[in-house]
Formats: sequence, C-alpha cells, structure tokens
Amino acid sequence: MREILNKNRINFIIISAFTVFVAVSFVVNFSIGENIFKEQFYSFFKEMILFLPIMFILIGLGDVWINREKVEKHIGKDSGLKGIILVIFLSMAQVGPLYGAFPVTYLLWKKGASIRNIFIYIGAFCTIKIPMITFEIGFLGWKFSLLRTLLSLPIIIIIGVVMERLFKNKSFEVKQP
Amino acid sequence: MELFTIIAAIAIIASLIADRRKTWKGTKKGLLMFVKILPAILSVLILVSIFLYLLPNEIIVKYLGKDAGLTGYVFAAIAGSIALIPGFIAYPLAGILVKTGVSYPVIAVFITTLMMVGVLTLPIEIKFFGVRVSLIRNTFYFFGALTVGLLIGLFYIL
Repeated sequence: MREILNKNRINFIIISAFTVFVAVSFVVNFSIGENIFKEQFYSFFKEMILFLPIMFILIGLGDVWINREKVEKHIGKDSGLKGIILVIFLSMAQVGPLYGAFPVTYLLWKKGASIRNIFIYIGAFCTIKIPMITFEIGFLGWKFSLLRTLLSLPIIIIIGVVMERLFKNKSFEVKQP
Repeated sequence: MELFTIIAAIAIIASLIADRRKTWKGTKKGLLMFVKILPAILSVLILVSIFLYLLPNEIIVKYLGKDAGLTGYVFAAIAGSIALIPGFIAYPLAGILVKTGVSYPVIAVFITTLMMVGVLTLPIEIKFFGVRVSLIRNTFYFFGALTVGLLIGLFYIL
C-alpha cells in the first residue's frame, strides 16, 4: 500500500483535487464541475471499471498458464515473418483502449516475445483492431478503412524493426507496474 | 465488449476447473497489477475529461473546417496526438466532421494520430516501458501517423 502511495504522489494529488472539485461543484451547483464529472469522467470510468479488472485477471491467468518456450518459439527472437503475422492476428482480436494493451505487452515480454513483435503488437493494436474497424467502416466508409489499414501495416512493421535495432543490446524491459 | 466478457468468463471457468490454486494465484496477481496501475489511469481519465470539456465538438469542427487550410492539418495532428477519445466517440465525431465539410485528408491525420499517439496516456505507458522508450515510441508513431494520414489524403485528392 505504502509503495503504491509513494509511486503515485502526483496521481493522488490529481485525484484528490478532482474529488474535492467535483464534490464542491455538486454542493454549490457549479454546472461546469457537474458536467465534467457526469458527461465526461463518468462515461470513461464506466467503460474502464468493468473492462480493466477482467483484462488484468486474464493477464494474471496467462502468466500462470502460458508456457514460455512456446511463446518464445512462435513470436520470440527468431520467429521471423511467421511471428509478425501471429502478433498482428493476436492484436486484431483485441478490444479496449490503448492502455489496456500495455499489460498484454508485459505478459508477452515476460514470456519471451521479441522487442520487434512487442512493438508490432502495439502498432497493430492501435490501428487494425477488428472491433474498431467495423466501427470505422460504418462512419467513414470502406475506402477510408482499407486505405488506412494497408498504409498503416508496413509503417508499424518498420517502426517495430527500428525499435528492435535501437534497443536490442540495451537493457530493454517491459516492467510489471 | 459482451463478446470479450463471455470469452473471459469461459477462460476463468476453464482455469478454475483445471486448477483452483493456480487460478487463484493468477487472479491475485492480475488484480494486484490492476490496483497498482489504477491511480495512474484515474488521473489520466480526469485530465482527459477536463481536456474534452474544454475542447467540445463544436470547437474541433471549427478548427478543422473547410476554410482551415494548413492550420486544419496542424490542429488535427495536435488534437489527435493529445486526445484520448475512445473509438465509440471518435468515429461518430469523424462522421460529423465529414458531413460538415472537413476534408478526408484532415480527418485521416486526426484519426491516425488519435489512434497511434497518446500524450495523455504517457504516464501509464511510462510505468511499463520507462520514459525513454515511451517518448521514442510516441515520436515514431507521430511521424508514422502523419505519413499514413497524408498518404490517405493523397488518394482522396487524386
């Protein structure tokens, strides 16, 4: 508990200040404070508070069940093109916001995925998740979605390769929060 | 989301049947990670809420609009990078933008930076990757997103 407090001083200051601000706003009927809480914060909070705990439980279960050798073989250092295709498919099936992808990269890293594949995972997560694409097609059309997907793919792969070059021999790690 | 919950429930039940102690150990570990990251997530959500309140849709439409020219692109890239707008809000907004006459190239820059760069989520990213890696990733993705956005734009202009 103390460790959490020490590592999050600024966050706790922000949270306390916001709590006081919202509480006071409701007491004195200050509409800006009420709106920020009801229309903005609460809608995000609702989306997050159900999804993230389940996500983290799955990460924890993945940690105890998934076999490191297998992950390493399929998406580790020497996994090549097959590894790239695998992580892309893995991330396409994901849901949720980007900050939900970071814990997954922690799990992948711990189980032996390569630096390149970790960043390709993040890139594909940002750009070509299937739930997001279906939404995108609905609002912006097929042409836009198709173009964006086809153009994003090579770029995220290139960035993955560059990130691996940059950090391969440095002390790269994905930390457990 | 529902599909995710169903798949998660099946996975947890399967794990319970296979090995109760292992399941408990994994669950505990996962929830502990969640508790540790929660303060960072809450403060990011607070900052995002304030940011989005100060920057309502009408203002976004105004600055990205037809007559915005080059400013439109710059604003799209900056707003997209900083904002953390979930897809279910961002795409309807993009749909409105298209209807109000914002050009596809500008939309493309906005959507790609929105998805690939996360300035407001940096505090969370840093907890996993450290400051250096997070900054470098976001910088690369910023230019990557710009490239994708502008290339999409080219296809629409041609």
